[in-house]
Amino acid sequence: MTDRWIVELLLAVVVVTAVGVVRARNLLVASVLLGIYSLVMALIWTAMEAYDVALTEAAVGAGISTLLLIGALIRTGSRIGGSKERDAPRIDKVALAVAVLTGAALAYGTLDMPAIGDPTAPVHVHPKVARHYIDRSMEETHVPNMVTVVLASYRGYDTMFETCVVFTAALGVMVLLRRRRPPAEPAPGEMREQAIFVVMTRMTVPFVLAYGSYVITHGELGPGGGFQGGVILAAGYLIYALVYGLAAAQRALPPRLTDVGAGLGVLIYAGVGVACLLLGGDFLAYDALNQADPAKGQQLGMTLVELGVGLTVACVMVTIFNEVAQP
Amino acid sequence: MTGAELLTAVLLGAGAFVALTSALGVLRMPDFFSRIHPAGENESLGQTLIIAGLIVAAGPGGTALKLLLVWGFLMMTAPAATHALTRAAWQDGRRPWSRDDDGPAPPTPPRAGGAST
Repeated sequence: MTDRWIVELLLAVVVVTAVGVVRARNLLVASVLLGIYSLVMALIWTAMEAYDVALTEAAVGAGISTLLLIGALIRTGSRIGGSKERDAPRIDKVALAVAVLTGAALAYGTLDMPAIGDPTAPVHVHPKVARHYIDRSMEETHVPNMVTVVLASYRGYDTMFETCVVFTAALGVMVLLRRRRPPAEPAPGEMREQAIFVVMTRMTVPFVLAYGSYVITHGELGPGGGFQGGVILAAGYLIYALVYGLAAAQRALPPRLTDVGAGLGVLIYAGVGVACLLLGGDFLAYDALNQADPAKGQQLGMTLVELGVGLTVACVMVTIFNEVAQP
Repeated sequence: MTGAELLTAVLLGAGAFVALTSALGVLRMPDFFSRIHPAGENESLGQTLIIAGLIVAAGPGGTALKLLLVWGFLMMTAPAATHALTRAAWQDGRRPWSRDDDGPAPPTPPRAGGAST
């Protein structure tokens, strides 16, 4: 365990960044500060040895959501350039009182919480939850990364509906923003004619895609899984689209395909659950997938489910980017 | 303290020094183009020194190889990102400040494709 003071120092940076986000008059500045906020949070998760969470925070929070926020700002025509747009904000006394009281109540509530990392905390000793995961997960699944077992197997319902939430986000963006005309070809002299960007793209995108696939499929063995890997895959597409233009990117990966992929991922996830039902087990109880060796069934189920999550997340991120980047 | 530990400490200290000076540079420089210059130095020289220090600390093996790969990708992406930022600023009509023309920025030029490479 890293020294506590590092975590506390980083938490102080998080607080400063959060105050900066609230105080920023310029939405572009606020978006970039949010990216910094997420990056520092990722460092904190790393210091606390929560590598799965750190990877998610870095890929989703600091990476793709900053880009999507900035894209949304451009798309909605928000004034991202002007800084002194209003004079000092009016302070609503009632709102201030409510906020201060709520904050005080929450702070008071934390006094009863167990210390960070306290092994006797209720959440760590519950015999049917944490203790079961810690004592039995290796035996039941033969998967070394317990985080993945909890996410994909023990709490498979939770993760399935999280995937549905991601899919619903894409549906909302499609319904609200999608237009039927193809994106315009970029003007000559854009980034795709610049050797620096072309070489950088060619040398990184294949590795980004390979790494994303690795993170999706190796979630059982190391940090990572469908969510993180899916976002990394989408990042490869984003780099390509930023350099070569949206039209070229959509020729390489037609939106029709990502539309199907976003739904297909959810279908794979739920389909694994139905397959378990048909084989005589409970919904998403992967033991049923291999009657002879339940641990093998668990591994198969988790791999398929993570593939579904990765497919949905990658396709949804690409879809949202496509719709937001379309002028 | 062994030689490897000493080398690690020197490299990490030098990397931290570069990071600190470039942070100061970003705060102190007069305009966008001169500010992005120290920022770019941290992304190339600063991270090179820090990763070199970490490689020495890790010793030969898988971790060192991974750090070397991280270094390679950062060396490709960070300078390209700096280049993209300066190009975007140039296309947006921003011109480097100089002591002679301390006035408002000159008018936006026609889209100068590829002018900066």
